[in-house]
Amino acid sequence: MIAHSIFFYFFSVVAIVSAIMVTASKNTVHSVFFLILDFISISCLFIMIGAEFLGMIMLIVYVGAVAVLFLFVVMMLNVAQQKNQWFASESSSSHIPIGLIISGIIFFELIIVIGGWKFKPDLANSIGLAINTEITNTHSLGQVLYTDYIHIFQISGMILLISMIGAIVLTYREREGIKKQSYIKQISRERSEGVEVLEVTSNKGVKIDD
Amino acid sequence: MTEIGLGHYLTLGAVIFTIGVIGIFLNRKNIIVILMSIELILLAVNINLVSFSIYLNDLSGQVFTLFILTVAAAEAAIGLAIIVVYYRNSGTIRVEEIDKLKG
Repeated sequence: MIAHSIFFYFFSVVAIVSAIMVTASKNTVHSVFFLILDFISISCLFIMIGAEFLGMIMLIVYVGAVAVLFLFVVMMLNVAQQKNQWFASESSSSHIPIGLIISGIIFFELIIVIGGWKFKPDLANSIGLAINTEITNTHSLGQVLYTDYIHIFQISGMILLISMIGAIVLTYREREGIKKQSYIKQISRERSEGVEVLEVTSNKGVKIDD
Repeated sequence: MTEIGLGHYLTLGAVIFTIGVIGIFLNRKNIIVILMSIELILLAVNINLVSFSIYLNDLSGQVFTLFILTVAAAEAAIGLAIIVVYYRNSGTIRVEEIDKLKG
């Protein structure tokens, strides 16, 4: 139990510090690195409390895909070199105290809710999907994901497909001056435009590509 | 203090959520950092769902965390595509200079 608490405090301190550094660091590439560190420590927490599948999926999806996507975009857009100041210039900084106050109120409300909240007494009766400790976490997730939640699972697959199509459509750009292969042109060629029979006089040869 | 309960995880989620909100409010750099703050907020929600799922012994929290993960990945892809298109058209993604809508 001591080890559990030590690991919890270690990972959560790392997560909080790196979350602060995501918003506070001046270089955007450093922000992405701290975001990766944040995801890794949170997934370690997930693995620690017994949600191994989600921890691993967090590593794969966030660190492997989303963070690398962020890195690609940061490098493509050349914004890492803009060493901007953290806060705005003095003229347009009037929203900073209001933002801090509202964030503080949000945090305060969340802490009040967490501190003052109680389970309802017959909570154990209202649990629909009790965790079966005989089988692994991945096994039990798979048992409900493909049966009870199959429609939501399919819809999330559709969301991913639509987002992929949307990203391609948004960023696609027709370029001029690049040789491209057009299969319609290729298969609609006729013999008459491909082959020509010439009378070749001797000692003159044939001129190609005039 | 040494006994880690549900409240510890919920507090961690609240702290990360608030840091994400502060990152959105106070950001003066580029929109990419705002997108990262949104990812942080979704991460905080995931922490809450997983810890409730473990401590209440109910699996459905983890199932919905999986769906939130899917939506977060889709949102990041679309948001970054929009940022790339905007940068191509206007040459900047600084928050202060994006004022075409006069909001």
